[in-house]
Amino acid sequence: MEINIQKRVLEANETEADINRKFFKEQNVFVLNMMSSPGSGKTELLCKSLKALMPKIRVGVIVGDICTRNDADRLEITGAKVTQINTDQFGGDCHLSASLILASAKELGCFDLDLLIVENIGNLVCPAEFDIGEDAKAVLLSVTEGEDKPLKYPLMFRVADVAILNKIDLLPYLDFDAKLAKDNMKQVHPHLPVFEISAKTGEGFEPWLEWLAMKVFEKTGK
Amino acid sequence: MHEMGIAQQLVQIALESIPKEIENPKVEKVNLRIGKLAAVVEHSLTFCFEIITKETPLETARLNIDVVPVMVHCKSCDKTWEVIGPVFKCPFCEDGDVEMLTGREIEIISLELAE
Repeated sequence: MEINIQKRVLEANETEADINRKFFKEQNVFVLNMMSSPGSGKTELLCKSLKALMPKIRVGVIVGDICTRNDADRLEITGAKVTQINTDQFGGDCHLSASLILASAKELGCFDLDLLIVENIGNLVCPAEFDIGEDAKAVLLSVTEGEDKPLKYPLMFRVADVAILNKIDLLPYLDFDAKLAKDNMKQVHPHLPVFEISAKTGEGFEPWLEWLAMKVFEKTGK
Repeated sequence: MHEMGIAQQLVQIALESIPKEIENPKVEKVNLRIGKLAAVVEHSLTFCFEIITKETPLETARLNIDVVPVMVHCKSCDKTWEVIGPVFKCPFCEDGDVEMLTGREIEIISLELAE
């Protein structure tokens, strides 16, 4: 006997993501889901970006990690509203699910925000699969990781709306070919905007911040 | 990685789909469709599925996975093709304004029960 089902396995998460999208629209806040492998510089990039964006753009951050609130502590110094999710209570999950995001967004309060950034758990695989109701996905790749990462993790670079090549201040000391890395990104996602920056020195920040501010304006009018 | 979460969702949907009037149901096969670009490792999914289905009607069930190819459509020249490597540039017109038609599915299609 065959029982017909025809259902998407992640339907529960997709339904939650739709609820989030509605909530973020009501709150008139732009949501950016920032993803990368561990140690590629998400927190440092955000610290510098927040300092430059605020107070003109009011930013909140949801930080995801398996353990510790180290990243939240670093981000709070910028004056942004920050909340930390630790997934070890949920079995050490490797990604943030839509339901966790809604609970955190409500805890943080979005009514006085223009931009909500979700710093996802460091991982180039799993977070790409889970919609959290965001307006855009950003992927960060650092020059110490290897040029072929976009080809090895194509889903992440395919679903991304913007990519950042970070730690370019290290290029003189490495064999990393930045052009090849960008070409590989464009193989997977031909029209992907890519910004080359150094979160440490601040080099290349202007076009990235302009892109982000424009996205916030396009959605919120703020 | 996240295959455990996927296995849990899968098992929940499967168990809810078995009609209550069937006594001692025993599922032999779970038919799935998984896209080539979905972040799912078949071996990990099977491993997780086996662990969490002990002492359930799914205990002896086998996961039968139909792998869905990555099909892409070029919005510029209207051609459709299957992507083999991770290259999404249109091989016909070289443009990159493409949309994915299939390849990200993680779907449960049906259950096959022992008579």
